[in-house]
Order: sequence, then structure tokens, then C-alpha cells
Amino acid sequence: MEAKREVLRMENIVKVYSNGVMANKGINFSINAGEIHALSGENGAGKSTLMKIIFGEEQPTSGDIYINGQKTVITSPQLAIKLGIGMVHQHFMLVSSMTVAENVILGVEPTKGILINMKHAIKQVEEIAEKYNMNINPKMKVEDLTVGQKQKVEILKALFRGAKILILDEPTAVLTPQETTELFEELKRLRDSGYTIIFISHKLNEVKELCNRITIIRHGKSMGVYDVKTVTEQDISNLMVGRDVILNIEKSAPKIGKTTIRVSDLTIIGENGKHCINRLSFSLREGEILGIAGVEGNGQLELVEALTGLRKYNAGSIEICGKEISQCNVKDIRKLAVSHIPEDRMTTGAAPSLSITENMLSDKISSNSFSKHGIINKRAIKQYGIDMVKQYQILCKNPDVSIDSLSGGNIQKAVLARELSNNPKIIIADQPTRGVDVGATEFIHKRLINMRDNKKSVLLISSDLNEVLGLSDSIIVMHEGRIAAYFPDAAKITELQLGGYMLGIEKQSEEEIKEVRHGQ
Amino acid sequence: MDSNKRIRIIVDITKLIITILVSCGLVTLIVLVTSSDPVNAFSSFFLGPFTSVRRIGNIVEAASPLMFTALAVIMIFSAGQFSMISEGAFFIGTLGAMMIATSVPLPAGIHPIVAILVAGAMGAAVALIPAVLKMKWQVSEVVTSLMLNYVVQFFAIYMVSYHFREISSSSLASIEFKDTSILPVIIRGTRIHLGIVLGVILCIITYFLLYRTTFGMKLRTVGNNAKFAHYSGIKVTGIMVISQVIAGALAGMGGGAEILGMYNRFKWTTSPGYGWSGIVVALLARDNPLMVPLAALFMGYLNVGANIMARNSDVSSEVVQIIQGVMILMIAAEALLKKWKQKMIVKAAKSEAGMKGDVIND
Amino acid sequence: MIDYSFIVDFLFMWIRVATPILLASLGAILCEKSGVVNLGLDGIMLISALFGVLGSAYGGNLIWGVIAGVGSALIISGIFAYFHLVLKANAVLCGTAVNTIASGLTVFALQLATGEKGSSSSLKSYTFPTVNIPFIKDIPILGDILSGHNLITYIAFLMVIVIWIFMYKTPLGLRMRAVGENPNAASSVGQNVIKIRFLAILLCGVLVGFGGMYLSMGYLSMFTRDMVAGRGFIALAACAMGQATPVGVLISSMVFAFFDGLSNILQLLQIPSEFVQMLPYVATIFGLTVYSIQKIRLQKKKSKEIQQNAIE
Repeated sequence: MEAKREVLRMENIVKVYSNGVMANKGINFSINAGEIHALSGENGAGKSTLMKIIFGEEQPTSGDIYINGQKTVITSPQLAIKLGIGMVHQHFMLVSSMTVAENVILGVEPTKGILINMKHAIKQVEEIAEKYNMNINPKMKVEDLTVGQKQKVEILKALFRGAKILILDEPTAVLTPQETTELFEELKRLRDSGYTIIFISHKLNEVKELCNRITIIRHGKSMGVYDVKTVTEQDISNLMVGRDVILNIEKSAPKIGKTTIRVSDLTIIGENGKHCINRLSFSLREGEILGIAGVEGNGQLELVEALTGLRKYNAGSIEICGKEISQCNVKDIRKLAVSHIPEDRMTTGAAPSLSITENMLSDKISSNSFSKHGIINKRAIKQYGIDMVKQYQILCKNPDVSIDSLSGGNIQKAVLARELSNNPKIIIADQPTRGVDVGATEFIHKRLINMRDNKKSVLLISSDLNEVLGLSDSIIVMHEGRIAAYFPDAAKITELQLGGYMLGIEKQSEEEIKEVRHGQ
Repeated sequence: MDSNKRIRIIVDITKLIITILVSCGLVTLIVLVTSSDPVNAFSSFFLGPFTSVRRIGNIVEAASPLMFTALAVIMIFSAGQFSMISEGAFFIGTLGAMMIATSVPLPAGIHPIVAILVAGAMGAAVALIPAVLKMKWQVSEVVTSLMLNYVVQFFAIYMVSYHFREISSSSLASIEFKDTSILPVIIRGTRIHLGIVLGVILCIITYFLLYRTTFGMKLRTVGNNAKFAHYSGIKVTGIMVISQVIAGALAGMGGGAEILGMYNRFKWTTSPGYGWSGIVVALLARDNPLMVPLAALFMGYLNVGANIMARNSDVSSEVVQIIQGVMILMIAAEALLKKWKQKMIVKAAKSEAGMKGDVIND
Repeated sequence: MIDYSFIVDFLFMWIRVATPILLASLGAILCEKSGVVNLGLDGIMLISALFGVLGSAYGGNLIWGVIAGVGSALIISGIFAYFHLVLKANAVLCGTAVNTIASGLTVFALQLATGEKGSSSSLKSYTFPTVNIPFIKDIPILGDILSGHNLITYIAFLMVIVIWIFMYKTPLGLRMRAVGENPNAASSVGQNVIKIRFLAILLCGVLVGFGGMYLSMGYLSMFTRDMVAGRGFIALAACAMGQATPVGVLISSMVFAFFDGLSNILQLLQIPSEFVQMLPYVATIFGLTVYSIQKIRLQKKKSKEIQQNAIE
């Protein structure tokens, strides 16, 4: 067997950000040619930072990088690309209004004189797509592609520029199980041709299936490199967190009460004329956690927006605690005791430069406990900040620091503090633990179950199937704006079963789906 | 206070000091290069304002209108908007005050109050226009406010020329203000008038509004992340409009206070530009209403110094505008001193992480 | 009986008046498309207007004027670019700073050069030549409208095509548009976003600089204080209305120029001059508002249609 040749080595990498956060604390990392190398760790552990350093997007505060044995300083993405490093980001870096070809050739455009030679460009893209077995039409506009196709364009971009080392950051987060399988085949093909792939993921089952070795990062330090064949998922998980993480969530049987949300024949049509939600009907009741599973982009976001007053709907009705909400704005709905943990905490869930306390009070500053006749009660809000930080175990210097200095998990806990401290009747939790470390995830899960045990209704939208299966009492699968399946008992189904419904390969009968209306 | 906050304050103050030093340095350079008698020019500029009670008074008088426009700018910027209407609102305030001062007889004491209130109302009305256009039809408030400033200028001049003109005067001037409308001088030997007190009071009120009321907190939330504010149930567009209207009122009152405190006729032929200087003052005050009087005094000092220099030497007073522009650039430059700040933060973080070793070599 | 020479004169003047606005708004396209908000156009025009005059007066010919005019525009644009892109200063503030510096600097420099603050009439400065196009100038009516304009005017209209080719057919144009639409996408393929935006600002400065020089070296033959009178901002509005495309900007510049020109005519009637002077600015506010209303109405109509089709 051929001896493995080291293509990249990072020694003692330290990185401190301008807000004082030390993301990497002396990490060693090494990868060989012809391997798929997993990089795993909790969110905030320092994986993304490490990769940004490799790709020249960030500079290490100290430490060295060696490429093919040569000490190198990677000062910019431009240089990284020249060195044969390609990055496929989690959030795609494509110019929507331009074509596939334009996106791929950007920066290395073939020219005829001073003008772009578009014909030649299209031909080149076609050739390279064929070489790597990717079915993409170079003339199509990126905004018209599916998620899986967009990812292929991203990979093509890297290969087009001669990348030999590909970094994929959580690539399967947005793919269907089918697209994931296709991706894995592609990656294995590349590996066998001598490419090196760094596979950033905390989906341990995928790591097991795909990767040769794994490096585990915890709290900015490396916990070692392991041969994937010789470690178990439990071992990896333990190294990531440092204690036995309970992968099964404990909860008692639900005590269901009356209906709190009733959605009937809801229809929402998007800007491009497609039905985001197509005659959707379900009911949510007290004391239950209803999970909505589904690949992102099948109407979940629009549903959440409609339920919380952030979007108007075209047809059908939504009743919250018996009240039809079509004429209600966000404040009215919050008054109905609905809380919303938004999908993207940084764009929607927080104001970055305001303090933690101010963030936690944004929706209730006018209430009598915090202000009288429009004037703020300083002592009350200070106390509130202190109480919440304690109750929700938010790691910070004090509640008056700006919220953007916290880690993702702590920001999410602040969001939770704001939303749950209103004593809501209904909690809509949209990807509540995305980008959140294991400790905070556990905390959040416990809180949600606690709410449910106290006769609150929880609507859980999550693309993390483990979370959906573990936390929910019953599950809806959404596909293309409709309910593809309803499972009254989440304990009785598996991830694989859900996958079929999520893809639209399977669909329940009308009778089975109707059950989720609980007779209404 | 946590170390990050302390570091940020230290860096901010240093940046301000550097900005002031650079500005003074620039003045020095320009004077050296262009003046035939630099020493005279220097002493006029830097020391001149302190050479008599009258001149010190000039500093305060020059600072007065800037307080109002700076507050207006702070209100607008804190809501995340970029309307430039403080200039036009100020000018229409002067028009409104002039109209009341010349044509509406009222008892003393009441007269200036009414005039200033009317000035504020007109300023508010003018500021409303770009705000509403933005709210209803997403028209950029930057462009509409800039255009409106010109419209207001021409309109005010028209009103003075055609309806309130002093016929016996060769240059453009309005008829004289009634005695009852003029703001009294409060410090003998200077022209420091009651309007300045109003300015300081408004600074305190604005601070209170922004940091001690629910409205102010909602406003700052909107300015920080409008999407988040909407999600929290805050009426975003309403707040944006109200903040601009309040800003217009502040600037308008400033115009009223200025014209009634310093003049007995409307004599401007173009808008005096306090709106633009107000932006610099707001920046110097780091958007903190309580710091506005101090920042305005500094600006006033520069203006007076430049005027004295222009009178005594061959350096013209437009130097100040150049300085103002440079100051805006320097204060707005976030990345200035970033490396120094980063070094300090790294040091603090390392000591907290408990790592051994000295300061990192960059 | 309509005196058609009046119409011919008006059309001729219309093209003249449009020239600086067109140049400035073409420059604005470059900034807009690459994602930069450049409010300093007014200031850049003012500076190039003055220094073009000074350059030609002291240098003794037109070439020096062009060098000084373009050079000064580049320098001030460079300062704007440096503070905004490299030192990360807010764009609106930087633009305001440029305008403030420009109004102070131009009067200051004017006074140094001529001893007075009003205009440069005491200096002998040069102007760009007028061009009488052979053949066209002999066409009845049309010839009088199209021929005999200043060189810069023809350059301005030619630039519409040049900028179009640049933006849509050259690599740099592609990169600029990418940087403007999705800067992350551009940097992910190794494009230096800051460098490209810097370049866009400088190129914009050149175009805007010619617009400024035209005012003091073509439209008039001297520099007068505050002669730009907000045309830079009108150009921004034209760019917005024209969707930042060369053809769109051409149309909207002509629209605004129409009102600017109208004000010249109305002066002859008994309307107070202040109202006449207001006209371009009111027209801009009005035009921008109407345009926005139309855009929204169109959007609403389109989405209503889409919704209807989807339901059926």
C-alpha cells in the first residue's frame, strides 16, 4: 500500500478575534493526499476558524502552516486558491443573477482581446462538469437551480481553479438524503483520484460512512486524530464534549389538552408564483411538542412567518387560541402569548450592538413591570438582566455587554430567555439548536420539554432529525408546502422512514394525514 | 466594567485626541504653506478666541446652533436613517421664527416662545416629507432630503424677498423683528442669548428620550437591527418617521433660537450650513446627547478662530470646512487604531485563558 | 405660428444641460454596481471644476487643465475610497465629508489664486472646443440640434456605449457586478473586493471629474462658487431611476436635464426666480417618488397576477 503523503500541516495554531474570543488555542492538524478527513467538534469549538485560516480568510495570531512540506503564509483566498485549496462554504457563495458559467469563470475569465470570450467559457465549464460527472447546464442562471445543483457549482468552482484540497463545511446540512448519497459518491471518486477532502461535520453517522480519519476539536484545542474505523460514535462524541452525552432525550408521556393553534387549508404563494404552502391543515394542542420535519425550503419558514405575524397568507385560516389572526400584526400575536425562537438569531433574533439585557427586553419594554408612562424603570430592567442571565446560564461578563460578544449558544440562550420568560402559551421554535454547542443544546431541550410538561404548546421545526425524533411527541413531515405524513407517536418511527416522506418518495393517505387535525 | 468595554473607551478617546491633533496639524500645515505671516495666522486661530470676553462669548454663540442640529442628527442616525434634512429644517425654522417675529404681535416672554415653537413645527413638517416618502414608497431619504434642502433654501429666500422684505435695505433683509420677539442676552459683555440655555436643556431632554424612555429604547433597537425590532413587535416604520419628525423639530427650533438670539432681521442669502457642522458635532460627541454641548463648543472654537484668522491675516475662513470634512473622515474610520485595540484585547484574552508566555509577536 | 427655432434652441440646450448629469450618473453606475454608496459626487465635481480651471490657467493650455481636473478628482476619490473601504468609515459620512471638504477647499483655493471668493473670472482659463460634425451640421433642423456641441458632450454620450461594454462584456465589469451583488461570492474566488471597489470609485471619479470640468470649461468658461448646485445628487437620483444601467441612466438624466433646462426658460417669464431655481430639485423628488410608486405598483400587479395564476 502506498505510503500516505502529507499535503498540509498546521502547527500550534492560535487565533484570537478582535472581540477577545480565543477560537483556536494551539491546534495541530495534518492531512494526506487521497483521503477524506473529518473535522468534528461542537459549534464554537473552532473548526470554522481553522478552515478560514487555511483558506486565507483569517490570519492566525500565531502558528505555522506547511503545504507539501513548505512553510507557507496564506494571506488571502486568492493565494489559497493558487496553492490548490478550494472551499465549499455552508452558505453558498454564488451570484444569483449570473449564469453557472459566469460564476465558475469569475476571476479567471477567458478573454478575446479585452472582452470576455463567453463561448469558450461555456465550453470549458461543460468539459469540466463532464469530467467529474456532474450534470449542470452552464447557461442556466444560478437563481433557477436546486440546492443540490448549487452545491455542485460550488465544487466545480473549486475544481476549475485547480484545487487539490477541498474543504466542505457542513455540506449535507441542506441536502436531501438522496442528494447526500450523490455527494458522497462524488467525494469518493475525487478521493480515489488523489484529491484530499476535509469534511467538516458533526453528523457522526456520515463521518463513519465517508471518512478515513477524523480530527476532533474541543474548546479550541485538538483532541487528537483517529482512524475512523477504530472509534465508535460514542467515543467521538465523548471526545467532543468530554462527558457522556445522552443522545437519547428523556421525557415522560405527554398530557394533551385543548387546541391552541388551528391551521385550516392554509395557502401561501411566494413571490415567484410557487405555492410555498398548499392547503395545509393541522392542529397544535396544549402539552404537546409537535415536530415538523422536512428538508429546508419546503414551506417551514413561511409557515412560521405566517404563524408569528411576519407574513400574510393568501387563503385558509389560522386560529390562535380561538382567534383568527389574518388581520393581526406581530405585536397582536405576541399578546396572544405566542413566543417565537427564530431560525436565524443574528439577523432576526438579536440586535448585535445592544446589551444582553436590552435584547432580552425588546418585546416587553412597554409592560408595566419595566416602564411606567413611557419611562424606563432602570432598577427593574437591571434586575431582570441579572435574573435571566443566571436562570438561563448565559456565559458572559455581565448582562450589560453587547450581545455580539457571546458565542452562538449563549446568544441562543438569551433568545430563549426573552421568549420563554413571557410565560407564553405557545412556543414556536425554529431550528432552536442550530449552531449551538452540545451543552446549550441540552439546556434548550430540557427547557422545551419543561414547557410542554407545563401544558404549553411547542411547535418544533428542525432539520436535525435526531432532535425532531428525540424531542417531539408527534411529527409532521412537510414536503413542497404540504403535509406528506403525520406520525402521532414519534417514538415509533426512524430517521430512515422519515427520509422517504421528506423526499416525496412516499406519501401517506389522506386519512392518515387528516388525523393531525384532531377532528377539526 | 469589563475589560472589553474599558478597552473600547480608551481607544475611542485616543481616536478623538488623534483626530483633534490631526485637524490642528492640518490647519498648521495649510497656514504654513499659504500664509505670508504664519505666526500671526496661528495665534489668531488658536489663541484669538480667548483674547477677550467678547470673543469667548463668540465661541458659545457659535456653538449654540450646532447643538440643535447635532441633536437632530443623533435622533436620525440612532434610528438607522440617513436623512440629511437637519440643514433644511434649521433654515425653515429661521423663516418661521422670522414670520412670527415680524408680523404677529405678542407680549414679551410669549413672543419668542411662540416663534420658536412655530419654527420647530415647520422644521418637523419639512422633515416629515422624506420620512413619509421613505415609509410609503421606499424612496431614499438621503436623496430626497438633500433635494429638499435646496427647495427650502429657495423657498425661504423667496418669502423674504417677496413678502417680508425691508425695502430700504440694499442687500436682502427682512423687516425688523419686533422687540418683544428677540431673545435676551444673558451674559453681559457678550451676545450669549437665552437660546443657548434652550439648547442645553434640549440636550438633556434628548438624552433622557433616547436612554430613559421606552420610545428611545425602541428607537435604538430599530437603528441597531430593524428586522429584529419588527420581530419583537415594535412598529418600525412609525418609529422611523417619528424620530425624523422630532429631529426636524429640534433643528427647526435651533433655527428659531439662532435668528432670534443673534439677529434682528433675516439676512441670509443662502443656508448657513449649520446642518452639516451638526453632523461633525454629533460624531465628535459619539452620538451621546450629553456630550453635544462640549463638542459644539469645540466646533465653535474652531469657527471663531478661523474668523479671527481670516480678519487678521491672509488665510480665509473656509479652512474650517476642510477641517470639518477631515474630522468626519477620521472619526468615522472604524478601522483606525484597530490593530492597537486588537493587541490590547488579545493580551487581555490570553491572560484570561491562562496561557503562559509574553505578548504575541505580530 | 410656432417659432421652431425656439424648439431647436431648447433641444440644443437640453443636450448641453444633460452633459454633466449624464457623466456623473454614468460614474455613479460604477459605484452602485460594485456596491458602493458614493454621495460625494457633488464635491468631486466641484473640485475638478475648480482645479481644471486653475490647471489650464497656470499651465497655459487645455491639457494642463485636464490633467489637473482629472488628477484632483482622482485624489479626492482616492481619499474617499481609502477612508470608506480601508478604514471602514460609513459611506454616507464619507460622502458628506468629501462635499464639505470640497466646498471649503474650492473657495479657499480660489481665494488664494484670484484674491476673491466669487469666481475665477480674473483668470484666463481654457475651455474644451466645440465640435461641428461634418455632414451632420448641414442637415436642416437636426443638424442645428446635434452638431456644434462641446467635445465633452459628445464624449458623454459616447460613454453610454463604452460603459455598457465595460460593465457587461469585460472581465473587470463582470467582477465589479459580482462584487456588488454578492461580495462574499467574489472573495470566495479570490477577488479582492476592496481593490475592485477602489477601482470603481476611481473610475467613477474620472467620469464625474469630466462632468465637473465641463461646467467650468465648457458650459461656462470660468469657475463660480457653488456652481455644481447639487447636480451630483441629481445624478445619484438619475442612477437610481435608471436602475444603474447605462441606457436607463441616459433616459433619466435627460428627464432631469429637461427640468434644469426648463428653469432657464422660465426665468424669462415673470415667475419669481427662486421658484424657477427650485424646479430641478422638486422635479428630482417628484421623479424619484413617481418612479418608486410605479415600481411598487408594478411589483404589486405582478405578484397579484402570479397569485391569481397560482390559485387557478
